[in-house]
Amino acid sequence: MTLPPFERFYEQHREEIFGFLVRRLGRDRAEDAFQETFLRALRAYPKLRHGEHLRAWAYTIASRIAIDEHRRPRADADLPELESLDGRPAFAQLEHLADQLPPTERAAVVLRYGYDLDYADIGAALGSNATAARQAASAGIRRLRQKELG
Amino acid sequence: MNAVSTHLDRRFRDAAAGEGLLDAAYDLVDSPVGQLLVAASKRGLCRISYDAEPERELERLARDFGVRVLRSPKPIDPARRELDEYFEGKRRSFDLDVDVTLLADFNRRVLRELARVPYGEIVTYGELAARAARPRAARAVGMVMNRNPLPIVLPCHRVVGANGKLTGYAGGLDRKEQLLRLEGAIL
Repeated sequence: MTLPPFERFYEQHREEIFGFLVRRLGRDRAEDAFQETFLRALRAYPKLRHGEHLRAWAYTIASRIAIDEHRRPRADADLPELESLDGRPAFAQLEHLADQLPPTERAAVVLRYGYDLDYADIGAALGSNATAARQAASAGIRRLRQKELG
Repeated sequence: MNAVSTHLDRRFRDAAAGEGLLDAAYDLVDSPVGQLLVAASKRGLCRISYDAEPERELERLARDFGVRVLRSPKPIDPARRELDEYFEGKRRSFDLDVDVTLLADFNRRVLRELARVPYGEIVTYGELAARAARPRAARAVGMVMNRNPLPIVLPCHRVVGANGKLTGYAGGLDRKEQLLRLEGAIL
């Protein structure tokens, strides 16, 4: 599948990505994160080699930005920073570990355990549904365990 | 409401162009000869299309200039303004950078001569061929006109057959006639 013009990619994914960011960050912060997500996507876009898994790719960028946003102290609130306990973020470790999994399982594992997305969001990202996302994630985890034992 | 607002959408489209991230920006421009799809690359105006089918047009832009094609009004504003002035009869020549780098040498040479044909005047395909140093290439000049990526701004409507007939126009003869009438070249 060839890479579509960026306009098509943006039109197809902007609403659900914005909805996802609103759920994670609240409406005010979601607006900045939205712009940053698509600017980052735009910068990386010409380097993509094909037009597959674009939805999961968009969610991955949005998730990273949402995590960065969470860590950033807010001017208007005094929230404890829950996620910055140790150096390397969970998603970075997982992405490395999950490198050898088949693409769907890899995406499901990374989005679930690395980015803490719920199965409905993961299903949306993968173009399937919550049930299929849950199955893909547990299949991926099983495979990782086997690799670890073997 | 979790929908992307017009404001947010516009903010992103402006930022994308403002940061120089687009291979081609485009927008739709209303005109008396119908809606035009107008596009600009980093070098300048690169496409004006009549009756554009967006799907096909975006694919073409992506193929010619790169995949980062986005509707973004700001980079198109100068062209929009000059086209508006032209259609109001307040502008007789365009002052816009154009990007014709993708065209063959011959096409560029012909279009350069075409750009010198003044407002309200008419030349024949043969004359234009002669001005481009290829006096026998009237037919080839006709093809260059037919594939002109920037009609109106590069005024292929001012080129007519040897017998004075309008002959042809990629946007349809009605439009050719309308443009020439606007310029007072025909009654």
